[in-house]
Amino acid sequence: MPAPPSRERLVVIGNGMAGCRAVQEVLRRDPDRYEIVIFGAEPRVNYDRIMLSPVLAGEKRFEDIVINDEAWYRDNGILLHSGVTVEAIDREARTVHAAGDLSVGYDRLILATGSDPVRLPLPGAELAGVVAFRDLDDVQAMVAAAGEGGQAVVIGGGLLGIEAAYGLVRRGMAATVVHLMDVLMERQLDASAGFLLEEALAARGVETVLGASSEQILGEDGRVTGLKLTDGRILPCSLLVMAVGIRPSTGLAKAAGLDVGRGVLVDDAMRTSDPHIFAVGECLEHRGQCYGLVAPIWDMCRTLAQTLTGDEGAYAGSVLSTRLKVSGVDVFSAGEFAGGEGCEDIVFRDAGRGVYKRVVLRQGRVAGAVLFGDAADGGWYFDLMRSGAEVGDIRETLIFGQAATEGLRGLDPSAAVAAMADQAEVCGCNGVCKGTITSAIAGQGLATLEAVRAATKASASCGACTPLVEKLLKLTLGDGFQAQTGPKSVCGCTGHGHDHVRRTIVEQGLKSMPAAMQALEWTTPDGCGSCRPALNYYLLCAWPGEYRDDKQSRFINERVHANIQKDGTYSVVPRMWGGLTSAAELRAIADVVDRFAIPTVKVTGGQRIDLLGVKKDDLPAVWADLNAAGMVSGHAYAKGLRTVKTCVGSDWCRFGTQDSTGLGVRLEKFMWGSWTPAKVKLGVSGCPRNCAEATCKDIGVVCVDSGYEIHVGGAAGLHIQGTELLTKVTTEQEAIWVICAVTQLYREEGWYLERIYKWMARVGLDHIRAQTEDPDSRRTLYDRFAFSQRFSRIDPWAERVAGRHAEEFTPMSRRMEFEPT
Amino acid sequence: MTIHLLEPPVLEPPVLAPMTWTDVGAVTDIPLRGARRVPTPSGDVAVFRTGDGGVFALIDRCPHKGGPLSQGIVHGRAVTCPLHAWNIDLATGQPMGADQGKGCAPVAPLRVEEGRILLGRPR
Ligand code: SRM
Ligand SMILES: Cc1cc2nc3c(=O)[nH]c(=O)nc-3n(C[C@H](O)[C@H](O)[C@H](O)COP(=O)(O)OP(=O)(O)OC[C@H]3O[C@@H](n4cnc5c(N)ncnc54)[C@H](O)[C@@H]3O)c2cc1C
Ligand code: SF4
Ligand code: FES
Repeated sequence: MPAPPSRERLVVIGNGMAGCRAVQEVLRRDPDRYEIVIFGAEPRVNYDRIMLSPVLAGEKRFEDIVINDEAWYRDNGILLHSGVTVEAIDREARTVHAAGDLSVGYDRLILATGSDPVRLPLPGAELAGVVAFRDLDDVQAMVAAAGEGGQAVVIGGGLLGIEAAYGLVRRGMAATVVHLMDVLMERQLDASAGFLLEEALAARGVETVLGASSEQILGEDGRVTGLKLTDGRILPCSLLVMAVGIRPSTGLAKAAGLDVGRGVLVDDAMRTSDPHIFAVGECLEHRGQCYGLVAPIWDMCRTLAQTLTGDEGAYAGSVLSTRLKVSGVDVFSAGEFAGGEGCEDIVFRDAGRGVYKRVVLRQGRVAGAVLFGDAADGGWYFDLMRSGAEVGDIRETLIFGQAATEGLRGLDPSAAVAAMADQAEVCGCNGVCKGTITSAIAGQGLATLEAVRAATKASASCGACTPLVEKLLKLTLGDGFQAQTGPKSVCGCTGHGHDHVRRTIVEQGLKSMPAAMQALEWTTPDGCGSCRPALNYYLLCAWPGEYRDDKQSRFINERVHANIQKDGTYSVVPRMWGGLTSAAELRAIADVVDRFAIPTVKVTGGQRIDLLGVKKDDLPAVWADLNAAGMVSGHAYAKGLRTVKTCVGSDWCRFGTQDSTGLGVRLEKFMWGSWTPAKVKLGVSGCPRNCAEATCKDIGVVCVDSGYEIHVGGAAGLHIQGTELLTKVTTEQEAIWVICAVTQLYREEGWYLERIYKWMARVGLDHIRAQTEDPDSRRTLYDRFAFSQRFSRIDPWAERVAGRHAEEFTPMSRRMEFEPT
Repeated sequence: MTIHLLEPPVLEPPVLAPMTWTDVGAVTDIPLRGARRVPTPSGDVAVFRTGDGGVFALIDRCPHKGGPLSQGIVHGRAVTCPLHAWNIDLATGQPMGADQGKGCAPVAPLRVEEGRILLGRPR
């Protein structure tokens, strides 16, 4: 079809999503206006780039994702130079020059060059087997590599990296995603949803390594063999995919002298700084914003086509949306969730179905939402967010979604419950309908929440529906119903009590904080200052050597291994085993005091020396000096073993019956470093005169001629409480066994912050006695304690002197320390 | 299964008083649910990073008795002061719950650009 000479020529550089869509939009408006020429560097027709992920995963073939086949170009009289890269634009002559000495003049020119994948400048980046994930060639290279099996590493835990890893696993490779941040897809997901995604991926065979930065790509004979991380770890691999981001492809535009920022700058009509040249797609920057998704590109293409066919179009920016294309993983994320002033979270978790929902409200309106596992209401939240509607009156039911909210709208709560259909689900966790509950109440004569839980399982899991079940009881029984209270919950983040939490952690093998919060259906995204330290302790106690302590969930004293003082300085208390010290230790302490100008030195009530007023940044250096003299942390800050107070005993005292000092030292040396629900203090007295005050300690030993009396449950702080006699043993070894067994029982049963005397009041002395007098049970308790101690008897000071958590003891930056001059 | 993932909207940068901005480090220099200190001639600034990646800066002094907020436990968008456990809203510096209305820890000017944290000093 020869073009009539009157037609203007429209040249498009880039045969991708944006270039072809722009042409389609122009043709739709005015099919005869332009003679159209398209250049595409890729040797193929226009295809749907976002579907490369399913192609990689083997769920689609290339033929399935072609958008415009050869017939389309032919039928529309478009000349496609495929596999031809444009090398220069001559704006004076209005001509583009392409590879192979091809030059084509234009009246209007569209830049649709997309973006280039960012390649990290790591040593080894040029090795064979290192690929990006951008076009069909990359996919073919990955599919070929996957044919050989083996291990792939993907750098980048964003959308692309995850889809690449998932695809490679589907193709039979083992794949690991290495991500710099601590949360997958951190721009779209919060930590809880990111954790669930991590688990969902693990279930599909994709491993993740978070918080990892890459140092070097290793190779042999020019081929990649592994990735080395900055922490020294090496991940072996035969294929390495870099999916760390994209950069607008602006080289041509820059060389032609067009205005370029991060992308080619365009106005609202999609025009560049040259009125004959336009841009669409990922290559451009509009109002300071570059886009990396297709939805905005469709908007841009409409505007551009308007401009090119006579009306001046106006593009105002887009709201972004995309999909994670991993089969069976249902995720939605919209708006902000890193909040700000006046933000409020509503969280719902359903452990049974693996659901996590979080809606963020700001000044009574929806500001954002993250949904995992059930994204059905995503669109609804998104509409509420965009319309900025007040949601105060539907706040209570908002998190349960549109159906629940609209079903109850406008009704007062009791009427709403009465109006609910019998088939309506009340308890989402256990799938119990209203009818089942009301007929159980009437039919079985149930009168309490507990009874309903036992009979129907409603409200027996997360407890979110408890108010609803109580209303049903009230409705069915009238005034005969009285609300009751269950066990005290850990904190406001959960309805569960400590026992239930501890049991669930062990029974379900929960080994991380996000896993526990999900399984126990926490109602906040990341807990609070009360429950996090408790969970951290419960996990640490349940999985010694396995659970990685979460330092951010430790109270400051335990995080920095010193006691914070009223002025923000710290106190340092080294251990003096059993209250013994020596000239060398005292000399070292004196030297430290001088060297760091420590203002106060005090003998504590626990038979050791406290150095008060140490600056935080000096702590590691102070510890280094104390370590050098053989002293370790006294854990004066710990919910753990504090002091073992002793008296001089049979070594010196004229009344001493046994070696109380020696036993105290032995106990302290075996038990130090152990974490417990609350602090634990021991005392060992050499005779019933009890100079070590053993009978007001958590565990005390009173030596007598015939052996050792072991006492438990004393305190002399907020409450003065004498101990109870637990048992009497004849040898020192038995005394150590019993004491460690009691401690372990307390470690396993105590509620966080509950001291031994309170635990004893709750479980009873008889229970403790039964567990520690029976030789088998005593033995296993002792063994568990000894096992846990293998990982605990490590001086936290020495670890920090060696550089652990160094960032804790140095300011983030000293660049603002002084007035600018 | 259809999945929608919508990126956070791009917010217009707030209009700010004339400031000198100092780059004090990368967002990832602060642990998740943690804080770091930046000393200045008028005392420390505490820079916090929440579990969902938000970054906030407050003058490092609790409105109660001056406790160093940078040493507290960060949860949600709040920090619990290490001295007497007041909860402070990171976005406003206001005490929350029962202590609401009892003073505040001033918010420090902060910008986050391409993963870097900038603190402002009025010019
Ligand atoms: C330093 C010391 C006072 C002194 O100058 O002697 C001390 C100092 C503190 N005690 Fe104590 N207690 C000290 C011996 C005691 C004793 C005496 C003893 O251990 O023989 C008791 C009574 C015995 C007991 O524990 O039952 C004692 C009962 C308490 C209590 C009340 C505990 C209770 O359950 O009733 C608290 C509050 C708490 O732990 O919640 C407490 C808390 C504190 C804290 C940690 C307050 C705090 O949370 O910041 C103080 C820390 C100061 C610091 O930075 O060093 N301190 N405290 C003693 C350190 C002992 C050591 O070497 O580790
Ligand atoms: C694997 C993958 C999955 C994705 N998934 C999603 C998703 O789920 N949702 C979503 O919204 N977005 C997704 N995206 C992003 C989306 O594909 C891009 O936003 C979109 O393709 C950008 O369109 P574009 O036309 O600007 O660039 P492109 O589609 O990249 O087209 C640019 C074309 O220009 C050509 N070109 C460049 N320079 C020249 C030159 N000098 N001469 C000739 N030709 C040249 C290039 O070869 C390329 O073919 C995904 C991207 C990838 C790679
Ligand atoms: S008695 Fe009170 S003031 Fe004295 S050290 Fe113990 S907690 Fe502090
Ligand atoms: S100083 Fe912060 S709570 Fe008291």
